[in-house]
Amino acid sequence: MTTFPFELCPEALLRLMPMHLALDHDGLILSAGATLNRLMGEGGLVGARFADHFDLRHEAGAATVPGLLATSGARLQLGARGRADLAFRGLAVPMGPGEGALVNLSFGIGVVEAVRRFALTEADFAPTDLTVELLYLYEAKTAVLDELRALNARLQGDKVVAEEQALTDALTGLRNRRGLDLAAEVVADPDFALVHLDLDLFKQVNDEMGHAAGDHVLLVVARILREESRKGDTVARIGGDEFVILMPGLTDPAAALTRVERIIARLSEPIDYADAQARIGASAGVVLSSTADGADMTRLLAQADAALYVAKRAGRGRAFLWGPDMAVE
Amino acid sequence: MNVLINRAIQCFLRDVWGMGVWCDVARAAGLSPRGFEPLLDYPADLTHHLLAAASVRLNRGRDDLLEDLGTYLVSHPSRAAVRRLLRFGGISFHDFLQSLEDLPARARLALPELALPDLRLEHPAADLFRLSIAPGFIGAGPVALGLLRAMADDYGALVLLEPEGMDTDGAAVLTIRLLDATHGEGRAFVLGAL
Repeated sequence: MTTFPFELCPEALLRLMPMHLALDHDGLILSAGATLNRLMGEGGLVGARFADHFDLRHEAGAATVPGLLATSGARLQLGARGRADLAFRGLAVPMGPGEGALVNLSFGIGVVEAVRRFALTEADFAPTDLTVELLYLYEAKTAVLDELRALNARLQGDKVVAEEQALTDALTGLRNRRGLDLAAEVVADPDFALVHLDLDLFKQVNDEMGHAAGDHVLLVVARILREESRKGDTVARIGGDEFVILMPGLTDPAAALTRVERIIARLSEPIDYADAQARIGASAGVVLSSTADGADMTRLLAQADAALYVAKRAGRGRAFLWGPDMAVE
Repeated sequence: MNVLINRAIQCFLRDVWGMGVWCDVARAAGLSPRGFEPLLDYPADLTHHLLAAASVRLNRGRDDLLEDLGTYLVSHPSRAAVRRLLRFGGISFHDFLQSLEDLPARARLALPELALPDLRLEHPAADLFRLSIAPGFIGAGPVALGLLRAMADDYGALVLLEPEGMDTDGAAVLTIRLLDATHGEGRAFVLGAL
């Protein structure tokens, strides 16, 4: 191997490695980079002992020159004695046979924090060092994230508004209250039945089997209500376990009750969920627009609600038709 | 660049000329005054409609507006992040100029979708620089003019900036004469401000 002896003047070493330490064989600091001197403060490092200022993490008692050189050029992790805020990564190489060690240090991943804490400038790093690029990227990332965060906040706001304006219930896909009102406004047939349906025992399913089971039951209920609806009907979920069905073309109380009782019978069948069965049922209040003297939708819903109240009081699984004798709030 | 330019025009009109002007321009360009979201793509011709509408509303030439936009990007407090990212280019205006060729790569590092035109810098005399902007980005010349002027101020340098040529396809050549690198105080820049 051809040797390639050359000398580096101290100024060149300082410019090349602003965080270097040149140690003699006994561990005395011969030269220290300006940036390192600035960080460690107090009169500079030259003339001090390496082991008095630095320790090696993960390598007990190796802060001697032979100890450093024994690492054979592997990455070192160093701490500054008495300075929990400083940590370095480093590399130690021999300066010449029996002549001590040259140690070059850098901040590693702690660099962003170190630049801020010690107010480091571009001049503290060698021009070949990518620290400034790293800081640039860090700021660019932060700026982009800030924009994205603001964008997300705006989109979240939009989503809330959109959901409020939506006509469907997000879980079941049935109409929501708004959707029901809109359907009622455009119903062409003046004669219709309005059914207010409330699930029985639904709270127990939620409490005993969990909300996932509850959601599943609601989906099955929605499917049954869809299957039982006829062309022109509107099915809406207007509360946790409350549903309303608008059935145009119905004037006969008996026919309306027959349809509703059939729905209740289907809803009372056990619903499989995981390895268990959920058992619910339903009660219903029914009102016919033909018997309500042109009452508006709000009034009709209140009447259906009053009939539902009576049905609930009469026990589970019942459907009652509204009558003038029923109190309406 | 499309992902940011529309938004930049919106913020420029809003911050410099006021909300009313922005709303007028947006409506004239057939947009909701709500405007653009950053980082989303919009049809390319929207930028032209927007600039045309702003030009009419403010009774100013399009290039004048673009130059002001360039200055705004560096000097307005609401764009502090842009100014800081540009200042990472070097410790002096001279250094900054020499880093301009790296600017497209730097922009891509920040945001991969951000495609800036290629930049070439010649240095024909000690105090003279010539910046060539590759075609493809309509309006890049005037924006660069305003931006460089503001960056010179930021560094405290006294410069003479002149467009040597501007093509309709966006290609432009600017000459920059650095009269005094330390003319003024400039604005402070510390690396670790965040």
